[in-house]
Amino acid sequence: MDNRQKEINNLKDYKYGFSTDIENIQAPKGLNEDVIKFISNIKKEPAWMLEFRLKAFERFQVLKEPDWQKPKFPKIDYQDLYYYSAPKSMKDKPKSLDELDPKLLETYKKLGIPLQEQARLNGIAVDAVFDSVSVATTFKDELTKQGIIFCPISEAIQNHPELVKKYLGSVIPTSDHFFATLNSAVFTDGSFVYIPEGVRCPMELSTYFRINASNTGQFERTLIIADKGSYVSYLEGCTAPMRDENQLHAANVELIALDDAEIKYSTVQNWYPGDKDGKGGIYNFVTKRGLCKGKNSKISWTQVETGSAITWKYPSCILKGDNSVGEFYSIAITNNHQKADTGTKMIHLGKNTKSKIISKGISAGSSDMTYRGLVDISSKAKNSTNYTQCDSLLMGNKCGAHTVPYIKNKNSESNIAHEATTSKISEEQLHYCQQRGLNPEEAVGLIVNGFCKEVLQQLPMEFAVEAQKLVGISLEGSVG
Amino acid sequence: MKEQLQKDFDNSIKNLSLSQKDIEIKKFCLDNFIDKGFPNRKEEDWKFSDLNQIIKNNIGELSFYNDQTSTNKVDTSVFVDGLEHNKIVFINGRIEKIDFEYEKKDQIEIIDQSETINEFKNSNSLSDLNNAFTNKCFKILVKKGYQLIKPLIIYNTTNSKIWSKNINLRLNFELDEDSSLRLIDLFNDTSEKNFLNIFYNFELKENAVLKNYKVDKFENKNIKYSFNNIDQGKNSISETFILSSGSNFSKNEINCNLNGVYASAFVNGIFSLNNHKHHEIRSIINHLTENTKSYQLIKSVLDESSKAVYQGKIFVNSDAQKTDGYQLSKAILLNKESEFNAKPELEIYADDVKCSHGSASGSLNEDSIFYLMSRGLSYQQSRELLINGFLLDVVEKITDSEIKNLIKNMIGIKE
Repeated sequence: MDNRQKEINNLKDYKYGFSTDIENIQAPKGLNEDVIKFISNIKKEPAWMLEFRLKAFERFQVLKEPDWQKPKFPKIDYQDLYYYSAPKSMKDKPKSLDELDPKLLETYKKLGIPLQEQARLNGIAVDAVFDSVSVATTFKDELTKQGIIFCPISEAIQNHPELVKKYLGSVIPTSDHFFATLNSAVFTDGSFVYIPEGVRCPMELSTYFRINASNTGQFERTLIIADKGSYVSYLEGCTAPMRDENQLHAANVELIALDDAEIKYSTVQNWYPGDKDGKGGIYNFVTKRGLCKGKNSKISWTQVETGSAITWKYPSCILKGDNSVGEFYSIAITNNHQKADTGTKMIHLGKNTKSKIISKGISAGSSDMTYRGLVDISSKAKNSTNYTQCDSLLMGNKCGAHTVPYIKNKNSESNIAHEATTSKISEEQLHYCQQRGLNPEEAVGLIVNGFCKEVLQQLPMEFAVEAQKLVGISLEGSVG
Repeated sequence: MKEQLQKDFDNSIKNLSLSQKDIEIKKFCLDNFIDKGFPNRKEEDWKFSDLNQIIKNNIGELSFYNDQTSTNKVDTSVFVDGLEHNKIVFINGRIEKIDFEYEKKDQIEIIDQSETINEFKNSNSLSDLNNAFTNKCFKILVKKGYQLIKPLIIYNTTNSKIWSKNINLRLNFELDEDSSLRLIDLFNDTSEKNFLNIFYNFELKENAVLKNYKVDKFENKNIKYSFNNIDQGKNSISETFILSSGSNFSKNEINCNLNGVYASAFVNGIFSLNNHKHHEIRSIINHLTENTKSYQLIKSVLDESSKAVYQGKIFVNSDAQKTDGYQLSKAILLNKESEFNAKPELEIYADDVKCSHGSASGSLNEDSIFYLMSRGLSYQQSRELLINGFLLDVVEKITDSEIKNLIKNMIGIKE
């Protein structure tokens, strides 16, 4: 088989599996103070930022990699990774999209991420992150008019140091767990969003992550601040080329909602999941945490997890402000040899706080899926409520589905309700669909989509369609 | 603690006539325990109840040596009235009496197994402690086809004459084909601040039926740990009921292996706590083969800064198709300071199964109280009526009517 044919075959399975041949600047291999200084230097960061990184690195050296998770993986050699990789043409930042390396534009076009003019129709502002750097942000002018800041975080460090200094590390401190601390030390880029008081962001903001270079870890950092009474909806998508080795992705996402503000954060995660025998794929070890700092604030996480060899993340809400609301909607699908250990944490600290968790897990092939969640109502969180529902669907007898909720109630005026079920698609349902002319695969797709509907509904329109298709594709070949 | 353990161990070995090999095994267990110490919150299974800390705060330094050469006087006043029953009496950790007066003598065999140590699978450092210090261990064998006429009550009594701060007990049961046993564990403690470490092992053969009722009702200042391992053969049934109320701290662990097809396990429990008590139930139901069933219901009423923990796990092996597993825990928090923690867990590797769990905790429903008060009841009466009904649900799950009534009277639940 010639190479071209091979490539075409590969693309059938994972259509984002191509890699772009682009010249890169890389930091020396390995992790040490010099590499961190190199990253900080190349980004022309102020001294306080370097200090922040070094403090995290100091702490990182005494931390041990956690091992309590369900999916086990071979030890990662942190000295064998590149911590910075950037397209060469980005060294002197292009002033506008026209100056961008055409190869980069082509890559994003292939991915279906419109960075150029014609994409304006879609009305989504995109920040695209390629390996370690943010390459383009669209719709900047329109957003600036309203006072909204939407830019790469490295730019924000230069232009809005007061905001970054105040909020960076306030939800995920440098003294957090292993992967979060690693990110604090070496993060390269990511998005920064600030919505000023009383502004309702007129369009969806979106970041698109792409890992291209091999042997690189991607460590991006996202910081979203919604000031009093503001609203923002933020989308995140990700893909990576197909490679035989496992690649590490350890991002940190911090959300801060002040009084009466609302943040809606949606993710469609479609990193390369590895091939049918479980070779290759991304390790997706992400720390996502939202702080409902002010009264009546609301943070809502929606995630569709279909990619990655191992997904290990718990988007969390800290409900500190009185009357604040936290929501978590999740669909996680694992097929072949994928593994997922995901869920959420709802920490109730303020009075009258509410949280809702809807989690749908589907495992097929030889995959393994765990829902792990924490609901913690502290003794001061009077009159708080939580509702949790986690359902799992199993397809085939080689996969596993597990539910591990931790429920802590320290307040007698608060209520917690938790439900979980595990089952398979019933023969009756399948029979009913097939009787009406659907083939088994379509029937399963239909039933699974129905199973997931509650979560899919939470996604913004454009994403919901994509996600629905993704659900179908991810399960291909798992029937029969 | 290490010196104390070593010294007490040497003392207790002296009084036993053990072979060199057995002493070696016991020594090995002791070393294991010295190495690991009491379980603490860093261990996942002990996350919510840090036994090491609890012992430190409540007892302080433990001592382990019990002189069991002299007999204790059996206080007959603790025996249950109005129910004819067989008895096993433990006083301060020493077996004083085994009495199957109502049964056919040739159908029950009591085997002294003091010299054989059987390891528990899925266990912790406390089983090592138990292995090192138990000096008498009996196996009760119910022979094929025999169903005990009267229930067996195990009286577990401690009093002020206790030697040390730690008691280790062990009993093994084997229920042969088509046999059945009703077993009540009754705790009666007048001693203060001791650590009781109890291990039971049950082996159920085809069609055997075990009904085990563990009643810890009387107020006491002891710390208890009890581990039941139940291995079930084809078509066997085990029913476990736990009333967790009296001790200062108590943790009941049930580990149930459903090895045979159509085997079923039922675990029902009540926490009725007040006064800074801290109790836990942890159940692990392992569905290892096809067509097995388990059902669990745990209800808690928590008052005055008490804390209850329920960790329940349903494990379904990839061979165990057609499993039916259900688990529900509910808690009412009556007091601001009380706390309920739950970790209902599912670990499933087979696809044709029906497994679900639910957990709810909260305060008494104000609307229900209002409803009752509008019909003339006082606030206190309405509260009591609601709690009564809440707990009655679990007691009604007891399948043996004689024992159901006994337990109802014991906890004062009305119909």
